Amino acid sequence: MSKFQFIKKESFQKLLWPLLALGLILLYNIIFTPGFIHMEVKDGRLFGSLVDIVNRGAPVMLLSIGMTLVFATGGIDLSVGAVMAIAGALAATIIRPDYVKGVLEYGTMRPLWIVMAIPLFISVAAGLWNGVLVAYVGIQPIIATLILMVAGRGIAQLITQGQIVVFIHKPFQFLGSGVLFGLPFPISIVILMTLLTYLLTRKTALGLFIEAVGANPVASRYMGVRERLIKIAVYMFSGLCAGIAGLIVCADIRAADANNAGLFLELDAIAAVIIGGTVWGGRFSLAGSIIGTLIIQGLTTTILTKGIAPEVTLVFKAVVIICVALIQSEDFRNSITRRFYGAKVKRT
Amino acid sequence: MKIQLNQKNIPILATMAVFFIIYTIGSLMYSGFFSLRVFTNLFIDNAFVGVIAVGMTFVIISGGIDLSVGSVIAFVGVLTAKLIHVHHMHPVAVICLALLLGALLGLVMGCLIHFYDLPPFLVTLVGMFLTRGLAFLTSLNAIPIKHPFLEKIIDFGIPLGFRAWLPATGIIFILVVLLGIYLSHFTRFGRNTYAIGGNEQSAILMGLPVGRTKILIYTLNSTLCALAGVVYSLYTLSGYPLACVGLELDVIAAVVIGGTLLTGGAGYVEGTLIGVLILGLIQTFITFQGTLSSWWTKIAIGVLLFIFILLQRYLSTTSITSKSSIAKE
Repeated sequence: MSKFQFIKKESFQKLLWPLLALGLILLYNIIFTPGFIHMEVKDGRLFGSLVDIVNRGAPVMLLSIGMTLVFATGGIDLSVGAVMAIAGALAATIIRPDYVKGVLEYGTMRPLWIVMAIPLFISVAAGLWNGVLVAYVGIQPIIATLILMVAGRGIAQLITQGQIVVFIHKPFQFLGSGVLFGLPFPISIVILMTLLTYLLTRKTALGLFIEAVGANPVASRYMGVRERLIKIAVYMFSGLCAGIAGLIVCADIRAADANNAGLFLELDAIAAVIIGGTVWGGRFSLAGSIIGTLIIQGLTTTILTKGIAPEVTLVFKAVVIICVALIQSEDFRNSITRRFYGAKVKRT
Repeated sequence: MKIQLNQKNIPILATMAVFFIIYTIGSLMYSGFFSLRVFTNLFIDNAFVGVIAVGMTFVIISGGIDLSVGSVIAFVGVLTAKLIHVHHMHPVAVICLALLLGALLGLVMGCLIHFYDLPPFLVTLVGMFLTRGLAFLTSLNAIPIKHPFLEKIIDFGIPLGFRAWLPATGIIFILVVLLGIYLSHFTRFGRNTYAIGGNEQSAILMGLPVGRTKILIYTLNSTLCALAGVVYSLYTLSGYPLACVGLELDVIAAVVIGGTLLTGGAGYVEGTLIGVLILGLIQTFITFQGTLSSWWTKIAIGVLLFIFILLQRYLSTTSITSKSSIAKE
């Protein structure tokens, strides 16, 4: 039992810095933004800045869940933004197959499961493509997923024929703007996915396998861990998360925009994962990634409420990421401790 | 020995073959495709891509990567435009300032990568965020560039006959390529770069100045990015903070298609030149075709990138022995 508590303590300590940063952002807002903490229930839905931050951060949270696992295996998935665009484009064209031919009547109501299943299937297939390239062909992850990042957006534009496909599909729209238990539906999806991933990775040995593959692929292969299978599974899962995120964004704006859907979100997801304390190839922390997303979204919302152009958030994001990366860097910590204690700290 | 030499050259030979195949197909299909003018336009339209690609070649040969290039172009473009248009500074001073800022950025990124052992993609990702944000901070809208001095530069050009001429931007591109070739083949810096990419640990043990070379590589790359930004502003005559989104991927694609190994240690600036020209050729092809939309460019680049990576992969697994000979280069 005491051993258990120790592990919990250690994992909590890792979350301490991200939590502190999130707390600072929230504290700043509570003090300087009037009505920030205020929440109210209207028409059975909870409204307020805090809910808004989580709701807007939902797609990136989904991406960051997938990205966390990919990161833990020592990989990276740059293609998630493009996969989002593909999923959204597919869903919109399934709802309105004749839109691109210029027929403007709203077609027959396609059943919801088809609208969702096909894009998700293709997203998983995209993940499989990435995974095969990384695990079997042996290409570095950053380049393997770069291919789909470059070509994927082109494919999405091919699906929508370069148009922004607008649609009306009540059941599908629920995915983006629906309300469940007083919370926006995307939040429920995120909670569900996080719980599922947590159970899968932490209540089974899968999480350990993923970390083992990331920490030392050769050693884990000798230990009997099926390294290639794990890598493929992780990329497929990342593809699935990206697909769901793409559907949410698409359903939320009731349109598929192949050019802008998910643009730069892969960078946000990577940033969130790094802020959350996941090591590139090694220990991962799902809670850390979720907190990382909240920090990024919190920063964005803060800057928006201050009336500064949202594009400038990039500067703040850059500063936050480099600070966190430096704190995590052993060489940096050593150089700091050396300065303060004068003694040379032994490197491990 | 002869076989090894061939194997080393297969990627670049494949690149040349692809270039000639596309050019031949284009020339057979469309009248006017095979002309000096279209050929020189490849140099003019892709001058800014080419200038960065040369810097990126060094980075990739050394085993690193730089994701910040597109944002640096946008930042330099907006900064140049604003300083000239709003603050009425002289273009020469502005260009010098831009190059200095580029060098400074590269220096900082190189130091972070070397001293704190941070992964290059992470540091340059931050550089990408930072410079894009700074570009927006400078101006949210596009700013026109108008100055008699710059107009003189743009009007300057070398006539080549057949209604074709090579303007200043094209000349800069070619000069940078020549500089890259000189640096990579005839200087100690170039040889150190290959050594680091081949095996960093061995390079350290050999007593090569690994840290200094690495920092120099990133400084060189970012300076060239800033120069590319200047070229880009001369090309578009405006500064726009959203310019060149995703350009880093095109540049990496050009370098890889040009035969540089992504694992580092092998590659040629000459190959990169052809890689850039292939990208330009695909765009020209799609323009001549007329009905294909521009997103086909992206798909074509993606497919080419995939084929060349597979080729590299195949070569590096079949010829482990040749890698040592490449590293010696």
